[in-house]
This record gives sequence, structure tokens and C-alpha cells, in this order.
Amino acid sequence: MYNFDFEQPANIEEAVAALKDEDALALSGGQTLIPSMKQRLNAPTKLVSLTAIDALKGVCPDGGQIAIGAATTHATVAAEATDYPALAALAGGIGDPAVRNRGTIGGSLANNDPAACYPAAVLASGATVVTNAREIAADAFFDGMFTTALQEGEIITDVRFPIPEKASYQKFEQPASRFALTGVFVAKYRDGVRVAVTGASEDGVMRWAEAEAALGTTFSAAALDDLSVSADGLIHDLHGTPAYRANLIKVLAQRAVEAAL
Amino acid sequence: MTKLTMTVNGRSVSGEVEGRTLLSTFLRENLGLTGTHVGCDTSQCGACTVHVNGLAVKSCTMFAQEAAGADVATIEGQAAADGTLNRIQQAFQDYHGLQCGFCTPGMVMAAAALLKDTPKPTEAEVRHHLEGNICRCTGYHNIVRAIMAASGQDVAPVAAE
Repeated sequence: MYNFDFEQPANIEEAVAALKDEDALALSGGQTLIPSMKQRLNAPTKLVSLTAIDALKGVCPDGGQIAIGAATTHATVAAEATDYPALAALAGGIGDPAVRNRGTIGGSLANNDPAACYPAAVLASGATVVTNAREIAADAFFDGMFTTALQEGEIITDVRFPIPEKASYQKFEQPASRFALTGVFVAKYRDGVRVAVTGASEDGVMRWAEAEAALGTTFSAAALDDLSVSADGLIHDLHGTPAYRANLIKVLAQRAVEAAL
Repeated sequence: MTKLTMTVNGRSVSGEVEGRTLLSTFLRENLGLTGTHVGCDTSQCGACTVHVNGLAVKSCTMFAQEAAGADVATIEGQAAADGTLNRIQQAFQDYHGLQCGFCTPGMVMAAAALLKDTPKPTEAEVRHHLEGNICRCTGYHNIVRAIMAASGQDVAPVAAE
């Protein structure tokens, strides 16, 4: 990979200042960014490492919600997000043990890989993404494949998840990459059900409105029996056709409801 | 170039690195610790697995400067000073947990991380834990048996499917 300057600030203010340089990029766990730099898909002139900033780490339950620092690793979320078991289980199923010891929730969300797991949890939970500058609602954060509402140099500081009454994430794993070939997160709150789908749409993570309405009336797998998902706009690759993914969405949503009950 | 210091296998070491110098590169080329193998260089295969502050990581997917000041353990530090293998290494030998040996350093380091947190894993837990470590020779059966044996559990004469 091309060389770059490496900086490791100790606090958020220094990190924001360091990211003002043109072609500077934030480095969190690096489990996506480093491989992409090896392929020269990314060639920053400066990397600003965020993982030495203690204020960006930790899992903090607070009443009906749980706040997770952006530089918290998947392994830590899996071990400590016990107030939100479906979220902890999702974190414990990302990649493999060594990847989970480095990869972070903030890095995953900022990257917004169309097959990443965390975007499904954030969208299904109606979570709030907090940055150094503002708070962004989940529905306004994801903006298409590998694109988010984050501005240049804006850093995610933490993510706040309202804790649902019931929830489950079901991932159909692509066995080589261990990303979701398709994954569905179902979260039932007192005021409604949210269903988020990752790994399927060419626009990245999305909600499945018809399923949310049906499950809001009757929270059972059978409530989805009569629904079907359109294959329009779904991903076509060597692992699955759009029609295959459309079927997976329904199957996984029903499994998620069963597992949540 | 930036001067870097860390502890590797209990010894304080330092060297000059670039921003792009990977931890695996620093271990192999600066320190000559070539037991850490680089297989895929894309964080898929796990041959480069080392421990950083007690946690298993893929050293090809971490910059050396991210490990500044850290406590790093590699395969070279697993045996005793007199060459006596540790229980995991010995079990890999006893149960023929390797063929070509290329993945073995990563397998041993991954197994060490597992047994630290889960001293008596089930066979399913061992297989699940090794998801990020790829072996192209053994079909994994003997690796799993070796790790089960290293944990002090009886192992079947023939590994389960």
C-alpha cells in the first residue's frame, strides 16, 4: 500500500483537528480499511487512529437505552451489551474472533458496507448515531451503499440504542467472507415493530415496511406468511440472485420473529 | 520513519517503522520473528494471528504503530526457554494437528486465546472459534482433537464429523 502519516490523538478534539487535512482518513479497528488500502482502493495521505481515545470506548446501559462508544470492539459489545441480548449476539457473530477483537461499531457504521451486520441493528432499533457535531437518527444516517450522512472529518462518538421488548437478528452467512449474504433484524417496541434488512439491497441497509405493519398487528411468524418481497433493486452476485435474496428476507424475518418470541 | 517500542514475548524491542508498516511486517522483518506467517494478507486465513495485550488479532491487519507500547505474544514465545513445547504445541505434535505447518502458528495462538477464556471448550466451540483460521491440509479434525486434548479433555480416537 502507499505510505501515509500515522497519528494517534488522545482525545476527540485533537482527532477532529487532525482530520481537517485533505485526504486524511479516520482509522478505527481497520478490519475493512486496511485490506482496502492494500488493494489501493483507499490511499489516504494521513490516518488518524481513534482507538487510543478512551472517551470513545465502553458499553453504558442507561435506563431504557444502551450507549456504545464508537471505538468499542465487537468482542466487547458481545461480552458487555447484556441489556440488549440480540445486539450482543449480533456483535458476537461478526467475522471471526480475531476480527472481533479489532473491529469497532463506529467503523462498521461509518463504512456502511451493504452486507455489514451493525447497520441492521441500528436501523431496526431506531438508534441515534452521535457524532462530534450532532445527533443523527438512524433513518437519516444510512444513505446508500458505503455512503452515510457523515460529513468530511465528522467522527461518530457513540451510538444510543433504545432497548426493545423483544428482538432477534438472523444472518444467512456468506461462509468465505462471514458477512451477511442476507441478514434481518426484527425489534419489537411498545409503540411498534421495526424490521431492517442488510446484505440484500443495492442501496444498502433498508427497512421492510409491510412486515413492520403486519408484525405490529400480530407479532408472529405466521403474520408474514402472505407477504412477499420484490426482487427489484436487490443485489445480484455469484452468491445469490435477487430472487434468492428476496426469499431469504422473508425466511430470515420469520426466523427472527420465532427467535424473539 | 517513526521510532517504535513494544514488548514482544516479554522482551522490550524497538525499531523504525513507516505509517504503512504492518505489525506482521515489523515482527518478521524488523525483529526476524518469522514464525508469524503471512498467508492471505487479507485477514481471511489467520496464519498471522498473534496476541496484542492478551487478545488474538490478525497481525497483517493492524499497523505496527497501533501496537506501540503494547504487550505482544507470538509463536516464538510459546515454548519454554529450554525448548520444551507448551501444552498446546505438544498436543499438536501428539495428535498430528498439522501437515505442512504453514497455518500452525496462527492455529496455536488462536487456540491459546480460546483456552484462556474457555478452559474446557466443547468440540463445537473449538470449531466455531477457529472460523478465522484456515488450514488447507488437515481438514481440521486433528487440529480440533489437539486443542481438546490440550484442554485436558478426553478425545475420541476418530474425530466426529
